[in-house]
Amino acid sequence: MMYQENILDHYKSPRNFGKIDKASVHHHEYNPLCGDEIEMFLVIEDKKIVDVKFNGHGCAISQASASMLTEQIKGKSVEELKKLTKENILEMLGIPLSPVRLKCALLSLDTLKNSILIYEKYIER
Amino acid sequence: MLSTKTILDIESIRKDFPILQRRVHGKPLVYFDNAATSQKPKQVIEAMEFYYKNYNANIHRSIHELGEEATAKFEEAHGKIADFIKADSYQNIIFTKNTTESLNLVAYSLTAGLKKGDEIAVSQMEHHSNFVPWQQLAKQRGLKLKFIKIDDEGKLDGESIRENITKKTKIVSLTHVSNVLGTINPIGEIAKIAHENDALMVVDGAQAAPHMPIDVKKLDADFYAFSGHKMLGPTGIGVLYGKKELLESMQPFLYGGEMIREVTFDGTSFNELPWKFEAGTMNIAEGVGLGVAIDYLTKIGMNHVQGRDKELVSYAVEKLSEVDGVTIYGPKERGAVVSFNVDNIHAHDVAQILDSEGVAIRAGHHCCMPLMSVLKVPATARASFYLYNTEQEIDAFINGIHKVKNVFGV
Repeated sequence: MMYQENILDHYKSPRNFGKIDKASVHHHEYNPLCGDEIEMFLVIEDKKIVDVKFNGHGCAISQASASMLTEQIKGKSVEELKKLTKENILEMLGIPLSPVRLKCALLSLDTLKNSILIYEKYIER
Repeated sequence: MLSTKTILDIESIRKDFPILQRRVHGKPLVYFDNAATSQKPKQVIEAMEFYYKNYNANIHRSIHELGEEATAKFEEAHGKIADFIKADSYQNIIFTKNTTESLNLVAYSLTAGLKKGDEIAVSQMEHHSNFVPWQQLAKQRGLKLKFIKIDDEGKLDGESIRENITKKTKIVSLTHVSNVLGTINPIGEIAKIAHENDALMVVDGAQAAPHMPIDVKKLDADFYAFSGHKMLGPTGIGVLYGKKELLESMQPFLYGGEMIREVTFDGTSFNELPWKFEAGTMNIAEGVGLGVAIDYLTKIGMNHVQGRDKELVSYAVEKLSEVDGVTIYGPKERGAVVSFNVDNIHAHDVAQILDSEGVAIRAGHHCCMPLMSVLKVPATARASFYLYNTEQEIDAFINGIHKVKNVFGV
């Protein structure tokens, strides 16, 4: 069953939901297929994520995935996060996903990875 | 017993559709995604199998019995379509891959003759297939694309029709029935306005031809496009109707085999209608299958199909309206589709939970992203019906909606 209690719990009361005014980097991704949107704000110090928030709307899977991901990445190093894969996200969600819904589940990871890319390419000296 | 008001024998119709016996996630299949594609009766499936088993051959070029049988059936299918939409002859009927290809054919061919600054009018409710070709060709050829607005109810706005169809307009291309809102557009009236302004009227009939009697001459459409697979036929076969004098004056869209009369090293003269527009080996089995689908619908009678659709959609709208938190989009008078949202639950979540109950609906932007922006929603859920659906299935669908609300605790 896709709509397990933990998924619905994260969807209804998302963790780390909001914005960070002085984020090191923030980035927005959109899934035009569903209209899911996620914006992620990262505060990075000494190559570590010291704070994270996300904002967005969309289906339960996309938003729960973002909420759970933000919980997992706080305190982790940028290098560790760059190694995150699709499998890590699926494991984190712990639910069977059809190929169509995979896009929803992975939007948060795409947003995170592209945030880091932008940070490393344009912001970090 | 099925309790239906219709005079159609729904139980025996359902027996013609093998897929309706299927169970999905342990529940009986409730197929409400007919606007995307319809299911196929065994008559169509068997006719295609019979073709491959008994007279498979290339058409129009083989001097042997199989080739002649295949050619006869394929040509006969053109004639059946002509009768079905009250066209003069099979020569008005071009087979394509689908509505999208039909509309691309018209768009490429017609815009080739336009001048910079000429205008094309479409509406805000168009499917991408009747939107993107015009938009892209307008960009390439310096034409101006105008948008007829919809009103709050989801109908074309009368004032906006008048504003956007003027002497500058060369082509008006509109959907007959909206695949999202279900709006039935007054094509006949708009064609009159288009013709008063010397513009051509192109109609996307993908959601109309499967569901209502079509009379292309009464509508006075210059072109009318639709797909076989939404009307009990196979995928890979679509139709473009065109007025003969227009088709004769137009350049072919695809060049190659069969569409020629004579080819020399210096030039080529083209085949007569409709073959001039049917280049290469066509989808023969699919053409045969579509012919049988048309027979099936004709035998039932399109007025009865339309009547049955109305019963189903009215029942669905009535039952959906009784559910708290459901928003329904589109006007009261509608085709066989109902788009809706449930509270703030994303349409994909609605569709996913309904699927677990065996109910197949569509969720998303329905290839109408510009319309979604007008409606100010990222997506809608959509249930769409056809002659084999029942009121009991709608009840199962409504139970599914309650389950969605339970899962999300709203």
